Amino acid sequence: MSKVPPSRALPPITKRFTALDWLYKNLFSPWYNILLTLLASLILYAILKPTILWILNKARWEVIGANLRLLAVGQYPADQAWRIWLCLYLLVGMIGLTWGVWARMRRLTLAAWLTFFPLIALIVHGSPLAKPLLPLVPSHLWGGLLLTLLLTVVGMVFSFPIGVVLALGRQSKLPVIRLFSVVYIELVRGVPLITMLFMAQLMLPLFLPAGVTIDRVLRTMVGITLFSAAYMAENVRGGLQAVPKGQYEAANALGLGGFQTMMNIILPQALRAVIPVLVGQFIGLFKDTSLVAVVGLLDLLGIANSVLAQPAFIGLQREVYLFICATYWLFSYSMSYASQRLEIALGVGQR
Amino acid sequence: MATRFWRNERFLQVLGQAAFLLLVLYLVYALYNNMVRALQLQGLVTGFSFLQQTAGFDIGERLISYSRSSSYLRAFQVGLLNTILVSALGILFATALGMVVGAARLSTNYLVKSLAKVYIEIVRNIPLLVLLVFWYTDFFLKLPTIKEAWIFPGPIYFTNRGIAIPWGIATASFRTYLWILMLGLLITLGMTWLLILKGRRTGRPPLVTLWSLVTFLGVAVLGWILFPQPPLTVDIPYIDGLNIAAGLTLSPEFMALVSGLVIYTAAFIGEIVRAGVQSVSKGQLEAARSLGLNAFQSLRLVVFPQALRVIVPPLTSQYLNLTKNSSLAIAVGYPELFSVSGTIFNQTGRAVEVITLIMATYLSISLVTSLFMNWYNYKVRLAEG
Repeated sequence: MSKVPPSRALPPITKRFTALDWLYKNLFSPWYNILLTLLASLILYAILKPTILWILNKARWEVIGANLRLLAVGQYPADQAWRIWLCLYLLVGMIGLTWGVWARMRRLTLAAWLTFFPLIALIVHGSPLAKPLLPLVPSHLWGGLLLTLLLTVVGMVFSFPIGVVLALGRQSKLPVIRLFSVVYIELVRGVPLITMLFMAQLMLPLFLPAGVTIDRVLRTMVGITLFSAAYMAENVRGGLQAVPKGQYEAANALGLGGFQTMMNIILPQALRAVIPVLVGQFIGLFKDTSLVAVVGLLDLLGIANSVLAQPAFIGLQREVYLFICATYWLFSYSMSYASQRLEIALGVGQR
Repeated sequence: MATRFWRNERFLQVLGQAAFLLLVLYLVYALYNNMVRALQLQGLVTGFSFLQQTAGFDIGERLISYSRSSSYLRAFQVGLLNTILVSALGILFATALGMVVGAARLSTNYLVKSLAKVYIEIVRNIPLLVLLVFWYTDFFLKLPTIKEAWIFPGPIYFTNRGIAIPWGIATASFRTYLWILMLGLLITLGMTWLLILKGRRTGRPPLVTLWSLVTFLGVAVLGWILFPQPPLTVDIPYIDGLNIAAGLTLSPEFMALVSGLVIYTAAFIGEIVRAGVQSVSKGQLEAARSLGLNAFQSLRLVVFPQALRVIVPPLTSQYLNLTKNSSLAIAVGYPELFSVSGTIFNQTGRAVEVITLIMATYLSISLVTSLFMNWYNYKVRLAEG
């Protein structure tokens, strides 16, 4: 019987994964990928070369510098601009505060946010009562990025309660309420936002009792809120449907009434599940506010159009539109990035 | 002891709903009353009879005959047909481009994958209206003049007055040819049915789509050849002095609208396609391969039907979005439903009627699209139990 020689342990394979390997694996691996890589490089070259050359050499960026104030806040009086800065500081402070104490003091944070929005409205709009400090700035002077953000935030904040109520109404056992909710939601979701804006501009004044008038910006906000509420309702409904039936039964078994079950058991779970979706809706609304330019409001796009109408800057579409595209993109992309992180942090679908 | 009626849940529910109904009715009545009073103050009458009056404005692009002396109703119809045209073309091309983008996003090629990702991330985070206005004013209006037109093989001319493409002109036999096409369609339908029956009997699903396409094309080509005179003659555009003659010239507005809608929607469809394909677990593909199906068969019979289930519902809402977004044509001046209605409103001042008409029309379009897509969704659903 021959003796098996003790096997010498082979050293582990230490093949180094070089840049060349990476290139081969990711760009040239099956033969057709060589063609695809070439094609993609060609497209990239054809787009990038003229773009970069134009941005660096030919673009007349002074149009942005000269109109930066307009693009940011519209015709908001320059001596009152500190109010916008104050709002921004407050906002940053609130976000930081929320980040820090959310886990311990939810009620307090929520209450702080609820008082925050009326405060912002007061600071931006001013009041006859606080005349020396905060003189009135009528809303037709608001514009640019400020107006875009205000429309988005107002639309989102006010459509939230309406949307939750509509979502609950759609789930209700009572036929009249269910029918009303379904008709409202489907009616609004079936028409483009721009028709809602036109309706708010043209028909809303007719609906009001004689003598009552509301200004353009406020009318637009009403239109956006009513529109957004229908989408909000559908999103919240998604969350409500995700709550297992056992939760209702358990709440019932504990002796909670219908209202208590909703407020303490169902809604907290449903709303937590839809936070990422709501961020998505926020981004969508942020982009959709550009439509108010069509009804003559001077939001970011509207201001851009009026800048381009100035004799000194005629023909500079590319510079101005590229700039506002970049602005919109920056805001939307950072929000969607944050929402992806939030989704991971909340562990949606994992708990 | 019987429950007192004010604590009886049934009774309270009925009472609550009745109160709610009364409130809503009162609100509607109050709003309506205010509206009528306001309209009376402005000296306006209500009603849709104004639709019969002469419109008196021109519409540059139309699918049906229309002139200045046509009625408002006719103008409205022209706009509606333009909306349908733009939406149908937009949906078609956006789906095609979206599939390509989705496939590129799933590619193993790093460069292709990244390119698709960058495209999606850029387009999805910019408002469509900004994109449309930018695209229109900075590309289509800045194309070279007719004298210096970009010429692509075809020939296709790119000029600031529009894009000219070759187009067919119907000859005398065109009508007969249409009948032949109808016949081809019937034959194809019959054959599809037979194929499906055969597939059910033998348990081997045949390539239904491929064979029906081949049949239909076969009939179409055969008909074309057998005719003494071809049913269509090709009309090739050429530059005639300062104009483009012959062919079909697509206006910059139309091109900007359709291509803008396609570029925007395709980014969303690309993400939907990627998510759909990735939702099919890898084990499905491995199982299909281990059963002896080849790569194409496993894609066609195993992966694709499952991916479709995830893809169809969000795709429906993208189609609906595209249709509704076509109303942004007003920003580039293409005369579709919304933009024509805007003109009608400016001329007549009939805000209530015009807005009611627009909303009703968009609602009907949305309803038809979602009914069709729901039917399709029902067809591709998971057959459980």
